[in-house]
Amino acid sequence: MKIPLIYNIRSLLRRPVSSAMTALGVALVVGVFIAMLALANGFKMALVRTGSPDNVLVLRKGADSELSSGIGRDNAAIIAALPEIATGADGRPLASPEVFVPVNLAAAGGGGDRLVVARGVTTQAFEVRHNVRIVAGRRFAPGRDEVVLGTAIASLLAHSAVGDTIHFGGRGWMVAGHFSSGGSAFESEVWGENEQLMPVLRGQVYQVVAFRLANPALFDQTRRTLEDDPRLQVDAHRESEFYAAQSSVLRIILNFLAVFITGIMAIGAVFGAVNTMYAAVASRTDEIAVLLTLGFPPRSVLASFLAEAAFLALVGGLLGCLVALPINGIVTSTTNWSSFSQLAFQFMVTPGILVRGVLFSLVMGVLGGFFPARRAARIPVVEAIR
Amino acid sequence: MRFLPLVWANLMRHKRRTVLTTASVALALFLFASLRSVVTTLQANGEVGSESRMIVQSAKAITFFLPRSYEERLLAVPGVQAVSFALWFNGVYRDPKDFFAQFAVDPESYLDVYAGDYSLPPDQRAAFVRERTACIVGKRLMDKFGWRLGQNITLRGTIFQGDWTLTIRGVYREIDPIFSEDALHFHYDMVYERYPRWVSPGWYVLKLKDPSLAPQVASFVDSIFKNSSDPTKTGTERAFNASFVTMWGNVSFLMNSIGMAVVFAILLVAANSMMLSARERISEVGVLKTVGFGDGLLFRLVMIEASAIALGGAVLGLGAAKALFRPSGFSAMGFLPGFDVTAGTLALGLGIAVLLALASGLVPALNAARLNAVQALRHVE
Amino acid sequence: MALVVLRNLTKSFSRDSQPIVVFDALNLEFAEGSFTALMGPSGSGKSTLLNLIAGLDRPTAGTVTVGDAEVSSMSLGELAAWRSRHVGFVFQSYNLLPVLTAYQNVELPLLLTRLSKPERAEHVRTALEVVGLTDRAEHYPRQLSGGQEQRVAIARAVVSDPTIILLDEPTGQLDAKSAAEVLALLQRLNQEFHKTIIMVTHDPHAAAAAGKALHLDKGVLTA
Repeated sequence: MKIPLIYNIRSLLRRPVSSAMTALGVALVVGVFIAMLALANGFKMALVRTGSPDNVLVLRKGADSELSSGIGRDNAAIIAALPEIATGADGRPLASPEVFVPVNLAAAGGGGDRLVVARGVTTQAFEVRHNVRIVAGRRFAPGRDEVVLGTAIASLLAHSAVGDTIHFGGRGWMVAGHFSSGGSAFESEVWGENEQLMPVLRGQVYQVVAFRLANPALFDQTRRTLEDDPRLQVDAHRESEFYAAQSSVLRIILNFLAVFITGIMAIGAVFGAVNTMYAAVASRTDEIAVLLTLGFPPRSVLASFLAEAAFLALVGGLLGCLVALPINGIVTSTTNWSSFSQLAFQFMVTPGILVRGVLFSLVMGVLGGFFPARRAARIPVVEAIR
Repeated sequence: MRFLPLVWANLMRHKRRTVLTTASVALALFLFASLRSVVTTLQANGEVGSESRMIVQSAKAITFFLPRSYEERLLAVPGVQAVSFALWFNGVYRDPKDFFAQFAVDPESYLDVYAGDYSLPPDQRAAFVRERTACIVGKRLMDKFGWRLGQNITLRGTIFQGDWTLTIRGVYREIDPIFSEDALHFHYDMVYERYPRWVSPGWYVLKLKDPSLAPQVASFVDSIFKNSSDPTKTGTERAFNASFVTMWGNVSFLMNSIGMAVVFAILLVAANSMMLSARERISEVGVLKTVGFGDGLLFRLVMIEASAIALGGAVLGLGAAKALFRPSGFSAMGFLPGFDVTAGTLALGLGIAVLLALASGLVPALNAARLNAVQALRHVE
Repeated sequence: MALVVLRNLTKSFSRDSQPIVVFDALNLEFAEGSFTALMGPSGSGKSTLLNLIAGLDRPTAGTVTVGDAEVSSMSLGELAAWRSRHVGFVFQSYNLLPVLTAYQNVELPLLLTRLSKPERAEHVRTALEVVGLTDRAEHYPRQLSGGQEQRVAIARAVVSDPTIILLDEPTGQLDAKSAAEVLALLQRLNQEFHKTIIMVTHDPHAAAAAGKALHLDKGVLTA
């Protein structure tokens, strides 16, 4: 025999303030939980999504980021001549030698300078690197002092509108357009023509050669070829794994923060739920006695109070989801210490995250309600009637 | 006070409730102190630096080197007493998670320019300067990894390719946080030797004859190199450090926001608990009033009860935070050196506890004070 | 000598905007050292009368005087202080604080005085002795029988040596034997210690233990 849920809902409404406060506590915990997951997710998307398993990045041996790498022109040509590289529609190999260098750019709102990645590219880069599309203006014209800005970084810099001029490396560069790349890290970068950037910045040296494999299964073989070549002194990485590894430090920090913060908050909320439920049981001993006298078995009473706690927590969880939803899409930025430059990314709330938030609230409710529910089920009828 | 046994008895009436509520307050304030300490540590790290030292870096970006030839020209700048330089090494020791700062420096001039900001025994200093493969490390780093004097440690270079084996010849204590104990210093020449064609100083440190000369020196230096292929950006050491803190971005805002959510959540738990207790004691309030306890006295007794929980939790939570972080050498994998709970944070935490006591106790206290004894006695819960 | 004087006492209140008059211009006196039982059917206003004498309630008109104090015109704060010194109240349902021991319950009224801890201890011991529960001082109410709880309540009522002792149905929840013990105690308090006692009851045994019985019916005194 199941005790109808409406009994529990009405009981909760009889103590509106206490119930509301408990639900609100759960809501806050779930809200923070969702916010932290969304932050970590956005960050992951920005870096992890940046790379594709079809692409290979070649860097100087030992370099753990594009920043500290250097590959000469000759070597870049050797790499680009590999037979395993896929060919583009125009018959040219899909290989992109690139310059990678952080530069100081003025931040919007007069906040001083920010270090932003300037990437020198050829037209091949737009093919090799995934999902890159011009969304405003046009690509930079060859031979000119022009650049295109990633959409994420454009929103954080001064003079970043199409047609404006930004300054770095002792020169002015016209913003020819903005590009997007599916939310990946490239959206935090400034892209310009290799030939224009090289003399201004690091000199006649590339930082990375990126290329698309004709057959992704041949990665290991390709890597060995490259790393065994005594002329080159390079390491080859799968693009997806490379960027994932880059983000590992910040991801560890974010995950730790998420667990630490929500864990502690959750314990506090559960304690609050325990208090509320014990008080509820204590004040309803005569009702419980009646239910038992009527013939409801003790396990129905236990299930009923457990359901009450879970329901209360669920309401809190849904409220928390509502409260956290507006943060979706908010752009924030921090420094990716591997590249020493700004990485802009968004809070990304997904349905999966919301579901996890709701499940989390249910877990808190069940944990908080368990012992009080057990107490309720164990009330001796005689005792309660007196 | 004579009424304390009564307050205590009331708190102990529901031991479990009192314990859980106090624990919640403790947990929340522990969390609050931790989050706030991230903010204060970042702030403190951003305010390190001497007024009489300046940093000359490449105007293109901090990641660019400056020519070695600048050393002589900087020495000749009016107002400059001494010059040194350093290079950010960014090597990996064991595992990327064991990150700590490594500087390749010009030993004698660097130690001179920072004289007074650290303490290093003279014999260790001499040994360090003498030996090209030697290094000195801060005491905290030494303790963290359990190193010994004379021990060899190996760094795997990322910017500067290869393995680098250094011998620890000195251990220093920091007197000013600018010379952090979470760092290692070794010889610039060791790096230059291996890659003479492209290694050169990352930045120059200038010691000024007089701190008030800073603005003039800055514009003078930058003007000298303005049209060269390596233009400079010169500023005070303090500004230089502050710029790294801003690189963290919105972290402070995030921590503060979460901190507020935490405080609010805990407020709900504590207030709820006080309310539950108050509701159960309505008839008792009636009895006490019959016996002659006045309204004001009952108000105070309830407030004392609420305060006991709030302050008890505060002492536990804040105390745990204070006792945990600094002694354990926690530094968030090297990103937050000197992580500690400041007196300001503790005061803020106590302030929150007081607010908590007020917010959770006020309504039940007022209700107890205003309760009509006769009605209270007739009340059946 | 009249200790408690009720003059022209009127009490009415409205329930659902219907005025209900409990008494109208009641005149009554209680002599010092008397032991009076107030009897009457429920709703006759006996408990209300007790509350008015104790200053727990205010009359709609008329005055209540206890000794030198005009209770009906004192402020709430003054009443609380006055009550702590002059009134001992015993309830039908004992109303001991469950979180305190018998000793601590009896001590409660003394916390409102300036007596030091040892001085308070002396008074508490004496009170517990009078009610015959010295050996139960450290027990909690849940460890006592109904009769014992009521005797602790009486000890609490007399510990500050009050001017009057007011009891509302003191034997209402007790079995015959415990009731008899409590009544014997009250008689002793009245005869040996000369305490003025006003007891509301509908128990004829209790009325018999008192020196005098008054009947109240619909707010009017009958023999």
